Amino acid sequence: MARRNNIWASLDWMTIGIYLILVLLGWISIYAAVYNDEHSSILDMSQRYGKQLIWITAALVIGFTLIIIDSKFYVFFAYAFYGITILLLIAVLIFGTKVKGATSWFQLGGVAIQPAEFVKFTTALALAKYLSTYNFKMHKLKSYLTIGLILLMPVVLIFLQNDTGSALVISVFLLVLFREGLSGSILFIGLVIALVFIFTLVLSPLHTIIILSIAALFLHYFMRQKPIETLKVAGIFSSLAAAFIFGGSLFKTGIPSVQWLLYATIISSLIFAVFAFRQHLYNLLLVLSIYIGLTFFTFSVDYVFNNILEPHQQSRINELFGIESDPLGVGYNVNQSKIAIGSGGLTGKGFLNGTQTKFDFVPEQSTDFIFCTVGEEWGFIGTTLVVALFLLLLLRLIYLAERQRSTFSRVYGYGVACIIFFHLAINVGMTIGLAPVIGIPLPFFSYGGSSLWSFTILLFIFLRLDASRAEKLSH
Amino acid sequence: MDNYSKRKYLIGAIFILVALVFFVRLFRLQVVNNDYKQYATRNVLRRVVTYPARGLIYDRNGDLLVYNKASYDLLVTPREVSAFDTTAFCEILEIQKEELIAGLDKAKNYSRYKPSVIIKQLSPESYAVLQEKLFRFPGFFVQTRTLREYPEKTAGHVLGYVGEVNRSKIQEDPYYTQGDYIGITGLEKAYEEELRGQKGVNFQLVDVHNRPKGNYRDGKSDTLAVLGKNLVTTLDADLQAYAEYLMDNKKGSVVAIEPATGEVLAFLSAPTYDPSLLVGRARGTNYQKLAQDTLKPIFNRAIRAAYPPGSTFKLFNALIALQENTINLQTQFSCNGPLSRPIRCTHNHISPISVRNAIRESCNPFFWNTFNSIVRKYPRADEGYKVWREHLISCGLSQRLGTELSNELPGNIPEVGYYNHYYGEGHWNGLTIRSMAIGQGELLITPFQLANMAATIANRGYYITPHFVKSVWSIENEPKELNFERHVTTIDPEHFEVVIEGMQAVIEESNTRYYSKLDSIIICGKTGTVQNPHGSDHSVFIAFAPKENPQIAISVYVENGVWGARYAAPIASLIIEKYLNDSIAPRRISIETRMHEANLLNSFQPK
Repeated sequence: MARRNNIWASLDWMTIGIYLILVLLGWISIYAAVYNDEHSSILDMSQRYGKQLIWITAALVIGFTLIIIDSKFYVFFAYAFYGITILLLIAVLIFGTKVKGATSWFQLGGVAIQPAEFVKFTTALALAKYLSTYNFKMHKLKSYLTIGLILLMPVVLIFLQNDTGSALVISVFLLVLFREGLSGSILFIGLVIALVFIFTLVLSPLHTIIILSIAALFLHYFMRQKPIETLKVAGIFSSLAAAFIFGGSLFKTGIPSVQWLLYATIISSLIFAVFAFRQHLYNLLLVLSIYIGLTFFTFSVDYVFNNILEPHQQSRINELFGIESDPLGVGYNVNQSKIAIGSGGLTGKGFLNGTQTKFDFVPEQSTDFIFCTVGEEWGFIGTTLVVALFLLLLLRLIYLAERQRSTFSRVYGYGVACIIFFHLAINVGMTIGLAPVIGIPLPFFSYGGSSLWSFTILLFIFLRLDASRAEKLSH
Repeated sequence: MDNYSKRKYLIGAIFILVALVFFVRLFRLQVVNNDYKQYATRNVLRRVVTYPARGLIYDRNGDLLVYNKASYDLLVTPREVSAFDTTAFCEILEIQKEELIAGLDKAKNYSRYKPSVIIKQLSPESYAVLQEKLFRFPGFFVQTRTLREYPEKTAGHVLGYVGEVNRSKIQEDPYYTQGDYIGITGLEKAYEEELRGQKGVNFQLVDVHNRPKGNYRDGKSDTLAVLGKNLVTTLDADLQAYAEYLMDNKKGSVVAIEPATGEVLAFLSAPTYDPSLLVGRARGTNYQKLAQDTLKPIFNRAIRAAYPPGSTFKLFNALIALQENTINLQTQFSCNGPLSRPIRCTHNHISPISVRNAIRESCNPFFWNTFNSIVRKYPRADEGYKVWREHLISCGLSQRLGTELSNELPGNIPEVGYYNHYYGEGHWNGLTIRSMAIGQGELLITPFQLANMAATIANRGYYITPHFVKSVWSIENEPKELNFERHVTTIDPEHFEVVIEGMQAVIEESNTRYYSKLDSIIICGKTGTVQNPHGSDHSVFIAFAPKENPQIAISVYVENGVWGARYAAPIASLIIEKYLNDSIAPRRISIETRMHEANLLNSFQPK
């Protein structure tokens, strides 16, 4: 009994408070979003708001249960949980039901369960477990490979379910790894790759290669400080490219100039690679290989975009980057969402007075686009309050993670913070046109049992770990 | 042990940065930019316009000239359409399947959520059948509009017609939207604002599927439709019909005015047309037909055709000369009959002759002498002419009379400058332009102005702007009498008596009496013959009656009618008789029949 009292006393009640406020606001927002005069009671169980109350009650029970379980339990069974959810992901591919193009649901009686929601916290557990292994060193190939395996398994399985949004969430663990010592340059390279990706789609592979080549030449100049050599390289490259493109069009090969440019890139790079190798300029060799790698990446992005992505995915990406503006087509959802939020003004239209959400102009208004209801009915004051509450929660979670004595708890804590952050960034971002429309819920807000429960589990395991931070957990 | 602890700041900074980006974006979306509020309103508000019935038009005795009948437009909301039996549908509507498909495509292109008209003005029969079976065709519904109906089928030129408003009008006047009806000509145009009433607007909230979700602001922004006001015109429907009857198969015009009030009793441009041809779906094709008719039935001769007035104009030369005191009641001029120079006289009468009898005989020499005496009164011919012209201007000539019909022509009395230019300044005198004396030459006067001249003489020196509407009323509003301006001419009342005596003599003592004299009523009139270089001369007649306290003044033009006394005068006398006596004396029935049956349409022979 004394020990249990101890647990309740050492729980972080501030986090629980924010959690309860967010859940409550979410419930009210769902009520407003799907409100209908015939079922005006918020407790009407035939409506989504009634059902959400059941999910909330169950979530609280789950939270309570998680608190009273011994914290060692999570550490000990971390891999087991991970394994179970991976098996569930495989099972759902085989036995799952298809909802909106994604095979990610188990239909159990009247309840639909989405394993991808739960894989988030088990991946966080597994990663925490691995990173807290005795004598763990980040910068070893074995570590990279193991971490890669832990993260890629769910990503691949979720991708196979056609649930791109949930798969992308796993990428946020890079931020956790960064905290644990992953080289900043990897994050930087990731950023460069992302930029090249965007350039390729927004401009064209041709422009991207030209930009990359100019950047590489500048880099060469700064590293070598020999203008003549830089000019030579530039000369070789451009004369080759010119000759190829001119020759190509002269003999009517039908090969596009961008492809000739690629050949020019490869040949001039090879020439320069031989030179660099002979002169033992290994740094330049590294730059060169990154340059070639990015050039190929450009081509593969272009290829994947044009040949592998499905039209609806293409148009969503196009819409995001403003390549196609079609407010009545693909952009319809985002446009209506922006209208809903924008029309809220400073103070909002008032509770239950939102027309955009209530009259179904905004799609998925109780799940992915729940933030619209906040924006429309409570205005700028409401939206900033909600974002501020999330920010407070995230900063609190960093603070809590940092005060852990065990690596396991810290890694897990960062996992929780980063997952919530990613959902917040993408979900709110998409409602205001800053992020692509990938259907992931707003934590604690969006309607749905799977989502609410998985975030509750995610958070409360950490709260339990934090409550017993004084204990020695492992190794 | 933990070398990377400082990275917490970077991660925290990323979190804060993203939140800050959101704050800025939300601030711009919600506080700075106001467009989204309008977009949201546009999304959710549907204006449902209620159209009031257009005002009715009555004649002066309360007989209905124009009323409304219901018309049914078929609309479609493409989104709500599901598979239906197109064959049955097309059968009910009596249209081709291609027509239906084209209409549906057009509606879809406009909007999938908003209704658009697919078929205008269904026949009542199609509507009756369709109404019962409409439930089988989801997405389609019928909207009731009104069309004009003309029980008397007369006075098309006065009433005008109603049609869909054009784009430039929509831009100019925000009251109108695409598909609204507007008066295009005639009184429909002149009294558009009174007749149309006020559209009502009901703001409904709709959801994304365009389903009604209740009233916006509990109907506080809604407005009720206000019924159009009714017009009581000055026309006498029976008289109008009678004039049309007499003018059958003739070109020309009849304008009858009540002198004391300026109220137009009958207004006819012949050949006329049935106003109900220019209603509804058939209007386009019917209009084309009428417009291409060589007899020009749409052309409003009474106000658009300016002819020389012929001898009727002599009355004014007499009046002006009396006013200018260049002749008096005793003044006589000699006439050598056919030998007279420079203008011969076609009538056989005693010579010399004074003004009263000169009017009766329509003596050309008397009137060119009279005209010359006016012009010569002043030191220079152009001064004399200017004075003469000013008198005519005061009688409403060479200007629009300002009636409600908008396309009235002003006619023309040439200005001094015209002759100065033509003959050279100082190189012309009253004799140079002597055709002015007998109403030929450059003079252009519309039949409407001529009728107004008759009214002016009947009034002994003034006229009220001739007009077509007595009052405007509606169920909510008391009748509002309209007032029109009284114009006093520069001719003093006492000079009219001798002219009127002369006009009475025209009817009672000249050859005109055979067909135009009435037993019980004194008509005062003057015939005219308008020289027509293209065919038979035109027959003109102006008159008023009775002599004392005149009730009706009239001008009649019969193109190719040869002499005034042959057609115009008998027709005018019949109309006067009909108006004042309500019936035609038995002895004159044969005249009535002959006038009605005369067909002058083929006497037009292009030379």
